[in-house]
Amino acid sequence: MSAQKDRWVFSFSFLLFCASSIPTRGSARLLQELSPQEYFSSLQAGRASLAYFSHNVSPGAQPFLEQIENSAEALQDYGISVVKVNCPKEDVSRYCGKENALRKAYLFRGNMLIREFPTDALFDVNSIVANVLFALLFNEVKYVETLADLQNIENALKGRSNVVFAYVPATGTAEHRAVMEAAFVYGTVHQFVLTTEATLLKDAGNDKSDVSSARLFFCHCQRATDLGQPCRRTAMGQTLTMLNIHRHLKLMGAPLVTEVAEDPEKVSTVHLQLGLPLVFILSQKETYEADRRTAEFVAWQLLGKAGVALLSRDLVDLNVLLRSNVALKTPEEGVPIKYLVLEDTDEVITLVEDKNKVEQIQEDKAEDEEDEDEKENNNQDIQDDQVVEAVSRDKKRELPLEEILVLTEETFHSALLETARTVVLFYASWEAVSLAVLRSYTEVAGHLKGTQGVLLSRVNCWDWPGLCTKENVTQFPTIKIYEKGERSVMYNGMWGTEELTSFIMLSRVSCPLKLATIDEAEGYLRGEFPSELSSYHHTSLLGVFSTATSEAREAFEEAGNILSGHVTMGMYFEDDDLALSRKYAVSPPALLLARSRGRSVEGIALSKQSTQDMVRMIRYELLDIFPEITVQNLPCYLQLRKPFLILFSDGDVGQMESKEMLKLAKGRPQPAFVACWLNLKKTPVGRGILKAYFATMPSLPVLIWVNLHAGGQVFKFPSEQSITEMNILSWLEKLKAGLEIPSSTLSDEDWKPPLPAYDFLQMMETAVPELPLHTSHRRGDTPQRHLPESPGGDTAVPEEPSQGTKAEKVGSPGRDLRGTAPRLAAREKQGKRHSEL
Amino acid sequence: LGLALYAGSLCTASSAASLYHDYCIIGAGPSGLQAAYFLQQAGRDYVVFERSHAPGSFFALYPRHRKLISINKRYTGKSNGEFNLRHDWNSLLSHDRRLLFQRYSLDFFPHADAMVRYLEDFASLLKLRVRYNTAIVHVTLERDGQAWNGHYFFLTDQDRQNYKCSSLLVATGTWVPNVVNFPGSEYVEGYETVSINPEDFAGQTVLILGRGNSAFETAENILGVTNFIHMVSRSRVRLSWATHYVGDLRAINNGLLDTYQLKSLDGLLEGDLEDLAIVKDKKGKLHITLRFYLENRNTSAGIDSVTLPQDELDNFATRAPYDRVIRCLGWKFDFSIYNRSLRMMPGKGNKKKYPQIKPSYESRGTRGLFVLGTASHSVDFRKSAGGFIHGFRYTTRAVHRLLENRHHGVPWPSTVYPITQLTNSIIKRVNEASGLYQMFSVLADIILLRENATAFEYLEEYPVGVLAELEMQTGRKAPNGLFVVIMEYGRNFSGADKDVFYYNRAVGEAQHAWQSNFLHPVIYYYKHLPTEREMRLQPPDWPLPRPDAVHHIVEDFLTDWTAPNAHILPLRRFLENCLSTDLRNFFAESCFLFAFTRQKLPPFCQQGYVRMQGLVGSEGLQRHAVEAGLLEDYALTDFPGDRPPDSRKGSQDQLLRDHVIPVRPLQHLVNAKDE
Repeated sequence: MSAQKDRWVFSFSFLLFCASSIPTRGSARLLQELSPQEYFSSLQAGRASLAYFSHNVSPGAQPFLEQIENSAEALQDYGISVVKVNCPKEDVSRYCGKENALRKAYLFRGNMLIREFPTDALFDVNSIVANVLFALLFNEVKYVETLADLQNIENALKGRSNVVFAYVPATGTAEHRAVMEAAFVYGTVHQFVLTTEATLLKDAGNDKSDVSSARLFFCHCQRATDLGQPCRRTAMGQTLTMLNIHRHLKLMGAPLVTEVAEDPEKVSTVHLQLGLPLVFILSQKETYEADRRTAEFVAWQLLGKAGVALLSRDLVDLNVLLRSNVALKTPEEGVPIKYLVLEDTDEVITLVEDKNKVEQIQEDKAEDEEDEDEKENNNQDIQDDQVVEAVSRDKKRELPLEEILVLTEETFHSALLETARTVVLFYASWEAVSLAVLRSYTEVAGHLKGTQGVLLSRVNCWDWPGLCTKENVTQFPTIKIYEKGERSVMYNGMWGTEELTSFIMLSRVSCPLKLATIDEAEGYLRGEFPSELSSYHHTSLLGVFSTATSEAREAFEEAGNILSGHVTMGMYFEDDDLALSRKYAVSPPALLLARSRGRSVEGIALSKQSTQDMVRMIRYELLDIFPEITVQNLPCYLQLRKPFLILFSDGDVGQMESKEMLKLAKGRPQPAFVACWLNLKKTPVGRGILKAYFATMPSLPVLIWVNLHAGGQVFKFPSEQSITEMNILSWLEKLKAGLEIPSSTLSDEDWKPPLPAYDFLQMMETAVPELPLHTSHRRGDTPQRHLPESPGGDTAVPEEPSQGTKAEKVGSPGRDLRGTAPRLAAREKQGKRHSEL
Repeated sequence: LGLALYAGSLCTASSAASLYHDYCIIGAGPSGLQAAYFLQQAGRDYVVFERSHAPGSFFALYPRHRKLISINKRYTGKSNGEFNLRHDWNSLLSHDRRLLFQRYSLDFFPHADAMVRYLEDFASLLKLRVRYNTAIVHVTLERDGQAWNGHYFFLTDQDRQNYKCSSLLVATGTWVPNVVNFPGSEYVEGYETVSINPEDFAGQTVLILGRGNSAFETAENILGVTNFIHMVSRSRVRLSWATHYVGDLRAINNGLLDTYQLKSLDGLLEGDLEDLAIVKDKKGKLHITLRFYLENRNTSAGIDSVTLPQDELDNFATRAPYDRVIRCLGWKFDFSIYNRSLRMMPGKGNKKKYPQIKPSYESRGTRGLFVLGTASHSVDFRKSAGGFIHGFRYTTRAVHRLLENRHHGVPWPSTVYPITQLTNSIIKRVNEASGLYQMFSVLADIILLRENATAFEYLEEYPVGVLAELEMQTGRKAPNGLFVVIMEYGRNFSGADKDVFYYNRAVGEAQHAWQSNFLHPVIYYYKHLPTEREMRLQPPDWPLPRPDAVHHIVEDFLTDWTAPNAHILPLRRFLENCLSTDLRNFFAESCFLFAFTRQKLPPFCQQGYVRMQGLVGSEGLQRHAVEAGLLEDYALTDFPGDRPPDSRKGSQDQLLRDHVIPVRPLQHLVNAKDE
């Protein structure tokens, strides 16, 4: 030992000598090049330096030298200078003398040699910094090999300070460096413990963690006052970098739960500053203690992921719903605080963790919410049928039903004989759609009040199923109009007040109406005859026949029967002078169409048509050329199965546009599309359509081409062009040629179930795995009752229903917020039973 | 050879002499008349044979004490005739409103004479073809390739008149009294003949053999005047309110249980009647002993030498001598008239009083022979109501429908609806149908799906036991999956020794509906019709094999399953998920929006709005829908120009999903304990 020391001293002086003989170069460089003499004289007490001794440059040490050079800057941050000592050639002193020594680097504190490193331990900057700091911080960073070592350290520090425990698979790695760098900064605050033992990591309860990657734990020993209790450990989720460790230690140092008594919008904590969300638990005086426990519980769960604050509602005037119990503040600027009603702490944790996940994949917020909704699936029991929900919300309102006669099995037939026409609504008092129609029906009754010869009545098929079956009512609702002692007509139009009123009114007049004189026929075309209909603006249809043309007449009469209530149809038998035919330039049999009170009368020749053809033709002829599309009339135009060219207009369509569109629509050959317009004032839902088509609301009016029946592509007529027939036609040409890009394409998604159903089959199998499907369990079969699958025999019966709930609780101890008072919400997850009435 | 020829000619001669009918019904009791009614309505060639001079001869004599235990509920608060049949256990099915039992009796438990009058009227008002005073004494088969079933039935009456039938409907009930033979059984009086005058029992001590309603009815009648009554039977007493089985002891007859449990001298005993022996002493008193003692004794000795149990066991329960012993052991089917070729076999175990039949009510031994009424109870013995009028009136109709399809090519009646009516048609049936309700777990409604699930066909009250044969039995096709609507009690709820009044016996939450204990509707979904093999492998206590999905509608205190959120909504979700479609209703405005923003429409819009039958909805309703967040009011909201579009989903649909903010009662976050 002493011999070796002598040798060191010897080579030392030699080194000094050598160093002086080599000129210094590049003084700006952090790597100092000194002679041994200069070097040893420059050593100051307490300052650390890393030295490398070299006879000029031996080729093998070249890469190593580069790494040393590179690490100089990093080490300087820790007050460690890096020196290359140039040994004079003849120097055979301790450091310069031996070939062996030249392959090493030496760490000095003052002139004390702390450690010598073989150059192969210093392969890169990370390893140099890690190993150098490791050597210097020998007292601050404890190296342990077994779990017992770690626990001893922890136990010694309980109640006093916290421990940072790091596992690195090997020393000299980037992670090792990060840990050492952190220890350099925080070594006085926390006790750092390092290991490279994979088994220790496993023993510490991290079986599943991958031993090939480094891990860091914060052991909360300061908080652990009870010596019997182990220190809680919080793992760092991120990779081991200096920055992450710094962040983690900062978070661990922050108070577990921050008490807040100010507007949460103004609150800022270390979490928010570090880019983490802050969860507020809303508390009130009465439940403060419990809420504080909840907050602490949540805070432990979220440690390192989010901050938790306890907000006292009594102290802050919050303008949020009383039932909100949690608020979430995100670090992003300008995002308002979200107030939520959550049921258990798991939901709080999911809220935060999901959020992080979503942030990572940078999905937009809307989708995030949707995901959460879908994940929960708790909404199954919430009504999502607009009609059912609207009707149940209207349930308590008393309907004005006094104008509507209630019919029963006993009164039905006699009532039909009393009035010329009896309208009967067949409905079921439990069925939402028929109740919705009943509401419109009361409005119809209001409109028709005092109208002679029409009786409005209703039959509740839930009370009189036999009657409904007899009247051939198989679905609800059904409206039939019974003519006294004669046939009945089933209503097949829209279930709306207006449409139904008009149908009832039109049904009062026979269809077709036989017109006796030419005056009547003319009056009919002008909409003045019959007087009952004079207030209804309808296109009138007049069939003109000479007596000989019986075949067409029969078809026309049949068509009248079918269209009764929807159309006004008249028929006129001409005598020989054919006055009417001549006036309108037709030859019987012919059809005259009088639009807008006879101002324009159109003649159509009737050939040998079947009733069906005639009905189809009449329906088609009644369609407008450039209609205003409304909710009510769209189905008529949909049936044409053509693309739509719609002009969306805020209010009436301009005269110019209207003229041009009309020209377009009247074009020959007949256009292969429906030209129409939509008044957003009258049909506000049109805005919903535009909203679906475009990102931003286009300026109105806007002309849209949409092919509803094939492909669903939506095109927008360029707004810079004026809406003229020519422009539109050339635009349509371009569309056809595929030269335009669609603004959007309608989804062709199927209508799937909006939410899942209760899976009772699965519930049965999980609750009583073998019982219902595989083993026998007959009632009254005593020997089987003690089989294991029915635990407890008879007494098991009352308990069975709660088995599912029990299992849930066992699975998550301490997480069920419904465990204690005050709660009204218990009914939500536990079976509510009515045995006590 | 000559002999053979002679025999052959004799045979044809007798055939020629017999009267032919397509259908022969034996017995003009409730089920015979019910079957006759359906055959008559269908215009079939049938005849009913009745050995008595009037219908319902069983009821002319029984029950001996003349009180029917089938309820005659005249008021239910509802006018729905089908629903009311759920609580009318006496009426037969007919189109004639005069033939409702409440017109024959005002009593909740009517007098048996009312039933006799009712059956007489039923036969005469409906002009049913009944041959009275015709007792069929022999039934045999004759093979014939031309016959419907490969053979004809030959019936012979007491006057040796022959009848030839293609199909035989046996509606004879069970009328042969069950007797036990043990030493001394000659001292036993039968229920059929015992006096019903309580005065005859004054101051007597009576032993009744049997534990059924007839035994208790007899005891009830004499309870007040006897010294005491003991009842002995092999099985424990089963109370019908504990078992849900109307054939078990009804509360109206159970007065003796009260006096037994209150130690008022009456008593119940369990023991095998086969081991019993009765000896009469010199005073005419009857002593109970065991057959075992009699077998060992010296035959020549008198009564004094007989060992009585109390000689060895001085506290033997029935050591007191009795004045009378009455046998009330019920009835069994009369197997005696059937030729062996018909292979009418008694059932096994506790069903031995009934002939063996298939779940289609056809005899296991002979094709074309159907058993109706009480005798057909083996199908659902101790389970459902098939042995009673209120049950077998429906199973008889089911048999008639099977026959119509098999012999006349008339398929099972059905109605085709658009798929939008699926939820409604189920809700309607489970709320009013009586057949489903009475014949729970036996008769089921079947919903056959049409291709692409745009429409379905609804068949009512089909016997689920023959579900696998549905296509063959009904003439309807089921290639696209089916729903089976049935009613069930909770599987482990009822039983002779279970406490049916325990706390929390009723489920109120839709999500726990499968645990419902009381009668509630259950809907099974099968992608394919179950096969015979699957039917055989069905789990015990399940009426059906394992389905692809199942839904329980939660039991309801009022048996009213029309609540929009608790009953209809979960059902809709179930149906939607089976069919993979959206069955919600929409206002016309929503359909309008979908028509312009989606290439496909939900069924409600497709089958309603597009066909010009959209639901416009009053302003008030639309406002409610807007408030609920289920409809957007575009008139009010200014269009935010900078909002990104949602072209992926129709905005309306997005809206529908977004709105669902659960409304929950005020609740604080309270944590039970730390980790």
